[in-house]
Amino acid sequence: MTHATMAHGVQRDASPYLEDVVKKFALAATFWGVVGFIVGDYIAFQLAYPVLNLDLEWFSFGRLRPLHTSAVIFAFGGNVLLGTSFYVVQRTCRASLFGGPALANFVFWGYQLFIVMAGLGYVLGVTQGREYAEPEWFVDLWITVVWVAYLVAFAGTLIKRKEPHIYVANWFYLAFIVTIAMLHLGNNLAVPVSLTGIKSYSLFSGVQDALTQWWYGHNAVGFFLTAGFLAIMYYFVPKRAERPVYSYRLSIVHFWALIFLYIWAGPHHLHYTALPDWAQTLGMTFSIMLWMPSWGGMINGLMTLSGAWDKLRTDPVMRFLVTSVAFYGMSTFEGPMMSIKAVNSLSHYTDWTVGHVHSGALGWVAFVSFGALYFLVPVLWKRKQLYSMRLVSLHFWIATIGILLYITAMWISGIMQGLMWRAYDSLGFLQYSFIETVEAMHPYYVIRAVGGLLFVIGGLIMAYNFWRTIRGDVRTEVPYEAPHAAVAGAR
Amino acid sequence: MTLQELVDFLRSLWGLWLMIFFLGIVFYAFRPKNKKRLESYGDIPLRDDDDKER
Repeated sequence: MTHATMAHGVQRDASPYLEDVVKKFALAATFWGVVGFIVGDYIAFQLAYPVLNLDLEWFSFGRLRPLHTSAVIFAFGGNVLLGTSFYVVQRTCRASLFGGPALANFVFWGYQLFIVMAGLGYVLGVTQGREYAEPEWFVDLWITVVWVAYLVAFAGTLIKRKEPHIYVANWFYLAFIVTIAMLHLGNNLAVPVSLTGIKSYSLFSGVQDALTQWWYGHNAVGFFLTAGFLAIMYYFVPKRAERPVYSYRLSIVHFWALIFLYIWAGPHHLHYTALPDWAQTLGMTFSIMLWMPSWGGMINGLMTLSGAWDKLRTDPVMRFLVTSVAFYGMSTFEGPMMSIKAVNSLSHYTDWTVGHVHSGALGWVAFVSFGALYFLVPVLWKRKQLYSMRLVSLHFWIATIGILLYITAMWISGIMQGLMWRAYDSLGFLQYSFIETVEAMHPYYVIRAVGGLLFVIGGLIMAYNFWRTIRGDVRTEVPYEAPHAAVAGAR
Repeated sequence: MTLQELVDFLRSLWGLWLMIFFLGIVFYAFRPKNKKRLESYGDIPLRDDDDKER
């Protein structure tokens, strides 16, 4: 706080809030986002054209796939979450960041080091083979230290807040930080072979190990990719729409319903396995119940726009935010449906799952992140506006078409794959060999990879727009009509 | 019934206790008396001035 007070005295229009670190997170998120999208699209082309693995182990699908998932989830999504949480918690608490620049920078650089260590490990074949938790024990220990520092900075700011009430976005951020810590520690209980070696073995075995992994895996979806990004929704949608959230009381119920239900849904990843039937049914039941908080949250986000729907036409940034909430509603409708055992017997292990994940990851997580970044960059660098709103609109349409190509291709491919696997001929033999399903899926793999390419191009357009905005350039272009004359200037 | 048995029995109903707790939260949130206060928190993001901690 002394830092803030001093800055306040020296320079009258300087912000008391610590924004330097948020800038770094925004840049890192943009960089890792583009990297993660490119790696993802590369492996999408690998599936269509296997020759692209170049016969080198470093380029094999098995190594690049965790590089892609970690880059987009933890490097892109993580930097967005850490950056926006530092921004939001300071603003909504009216307090500068606890721990000051030193702690914030430790969290930033410590997190980037974690990303680089994890990524290098995957390419070189260092992995503990747990989905979304691939880094080995020494990387797990390092991220634990960084995460505790993150919690201290965030919770410390909450404690010294000047606003009496803790705004709902901060509840979601705190749930994300605390739950991810718990999941990380539980799922990564492992014994290293030696203190100088990189290999470790999980504490659990058999079905207990599988359930621990999916308790982690699904709640990483629930608390990293959902709770954290809902926090972004609850701050940036009202902020951009310049309207309070539709129902604050609904947001309280949304929060607690999500917290109570999500943690039980993991077993739906293990239908028809050695996991006891009752546990599978439990996971399915809780997944179905998740419809309630999901749709409650979606309604709350969308209805915030009621009375200001014209902003969808005039503000492409708003379009990103609103479309992301629509995708949130859609993919969280699809998910519980796929967790029903009868549906899962068709969908599991097929491309349908991949399509579902990406409708959530691209449509919800990435779009709400783009919206937040487009809002933040001009604000953080004290620019009056973005370099070009037309480019934001172009990004929106290219990325949206990319997502639609991706998920429709995967729906068709996945359902076809599932139906081919379960087809019998008149004598009771399986009708198709595995390779026949692969051949049938080839065209859809090409379509998916093209959709992904569009998404990559959108990311590059965004990076260019940010670069020009930060330089202070403004593109000469026909502006979008401003419904309220004051709106455009205020940005 | 010993105290220990009672505790074990009540603990086995944890799902019910959590449900009651959750319904209590819903009751708290939608109680008409709390409406004005809770809805007033909605504008917290809209009044985060740039130039001063408040």
